Amino acid sequence: MGLNIQNATKTFQTRGGPVTALDRINLSIRDGELVCLIGPSGCGKSTLLNMLAGLEFPSQGQALSDGQEITGADPSRVLIFQEAALFPWLTVQDNVEFGLTMRGAPQAERAATARRLLEMVHLEQFSQAWVHELSGGMRQRVALARALAVAPAVLLLDEPFAALDALTRDRLHTELQDIWQQTGTTIVFVTHNVREAVVLGDRVIVMSARPGRIVAEHRIDLTRPRQIENVETTRLAQRILADLQLEPSTGQRG
Amino acid sequence: MTPPTAPRAPRLNETTRLWLSRAVFFALFLAVWEALFRLHLWPDYIFPAPSEVLAALGRGFSNGTFWIGILGSMRRLVQGYIIALAIGLSLGVLMAEWRWFKNTFGLLALGLQTLPSISWLPLALLWFGLNERAILFVIVMGAVLSIAQATEDGIRNTAPIYMRAARNLGARGWRLYLLVVLPSALPSIVTGMKLGWSFAWRSLMAGELLYTLPGLGNLLSMGRELNDMSQVIAVMLVIIALGVIGDQLLFGIVERRIRERWGLAPRKSTRGG
Ligand SMILES: Nc1ncnc2c1ncn2[C@@H]1O[C@H](COP(=O)(O)OP(=O)(O)OP(=O)(O)O)[C@@H](O)[C@H]1O
Ligand SMILES: [Mg+2]
Repeated sequence: MGLNIQNATKTFQTRGGPVTALDRINLSIRDGELVCLIGPSGCGKSTLLNMLAGLEFPSQGQALSDGQEITGADPSRVLIFQEAALFPWLTVQDNVEFGLTMRGAPQAERAATARRLLEMVHLEQFSQAWVHELSGGMRQRVALARALAVAPAVLLLDEPFAALDALTRDRLHTELQDIWQQTGTTIVFVTHNVREAVVLGDRVIVMSARPGRIVAEHRIDLTRPRQIENVETTRLAQRILADLQLEPSTGQRG
Repeated sequence: MTPPTAPRAPRLNETTRLWLSRAVFFALFLAVWEALFRLHLWPDYIFPAPSEVLAALGRGFSNGTFWIGILGSMRRLVQGYIIALAIGLSLGVLMAEWRWFKNTFGLLALGLQTLPSISWLPLALLWFGLNERAILFVIVMGAVLSIAQATEDGIRNTAPIYMRAARNLGARGWRLYLLVVLPSALPSIVTGMKLGWSFAWRSLMAGELLYTLPGLGNLLSMGRELNDMSQVIAVMLVIIALGVIGDQLLFGIVERRIRERWGLAPRKSTRGG
């Protein structure tokens, strides 16, 4: 599913007056592309993802999926929220099954899907755990499994791996790329981590601080699978950091 | 600060000490009571000995009058509470979802909530006569508004993030309501249910005092009429015990469990020692 943002501006009305989160954004993402979005905190990355998910609408301009204006949420475009947003009244397994339950899928199919995905995120022993018993990183992995369960055409990820240790994160990078290559899902991946963006993305879009604008775009032509500690990766990461005009320490949060 | 490293004398653990001090307090309390009784400052029928109260308790339970009273009161309480729950939940959902209803009926509810529910008794007596239904009405009026209020609050404050996540995964209509909105409101609803239960309990006791069918309140008035202070105190102890069981054990535990699971209570941490 291809995505298009056309001249979109998003203004929030707040008590302190209007806040322009996004300013005339133009962005087009091909079907099956993996695009990383990077930019300083508060530049409107989450707002942009919400717009693509159909949970937020542009004040001006348009957001389109396959040429159709996005008018609301739809399980074909699933967003993984920055704060996981699992349902605490459901077990881990029931959380993963939630989207399938809404679709009316039979119990056996739901259970099989949940088992497969929980194994993928290495949480199969936690299928009957409650959300409050999980760590932040574990919650993010469950949220990933919950999103993948509905086999969306578009996967929108909002800093999903920020709370993870390097080892788990590398493993999930590999898993995500495998899924992406197998399913042809269109992926938009928001991150603060330049290296992560370089390892995952076909393209890296750099945004400026508020109001959020697109200031640069990098095509990443490295062959996959890519290594996070590699000369090429590092060189590209340095170039993108220069665009961000940030100190490496602020650019590499997470 | 670093914890002291010198070996400390072995100490009783916290729980044991807590219960020990409680035991000491109640032993002292009984001793003072008994001592006051032995001084015979007041006639025995006004100020009975602890042992007499204990005997009255034993008598009440062995001859069955207390059991009959408890059963009578509990049946009334549960009946009234179930009715209050059904009405309260419905009103809460209506107030949360229908702005006009909230703006109109909500105002009325706000006013009525300040009315102690026993004030409904004269009206109920005129409407229903001196019978079970009058007292049931008072119980319902005592519990219904706090349940409605808490339900409305809970639904209105459904975390937007849950709504977004659910809609994003394809939840719509009644499924969204049943599987996301209501569960998300549950901690607030349970708090309202607990409040409603204790209001219902208080209304019931007040109502039963003026009442002649089997019940704890009735046992209290009977004790008074017979000038039997030990029975009065014994019945009061039973009422306290039931109140504690309902409030603290039943609802308290459910409420804590839910708040913990919903991530609203701090996680249990083990204290270092
Ligand atoms: N619902 C809202 N109401 C008012 N202002 C909002 C709202 N959502 C976002 N904003 C504002 O829009 C701007 C962009 O927010 P957004 O969450 O998209 O940033 P972000 O790039 O995701 O930041 P971070 O990297 O810290 O997550 C911020 O200045 C924020 O204050
Ligand atoms: Mg964000």
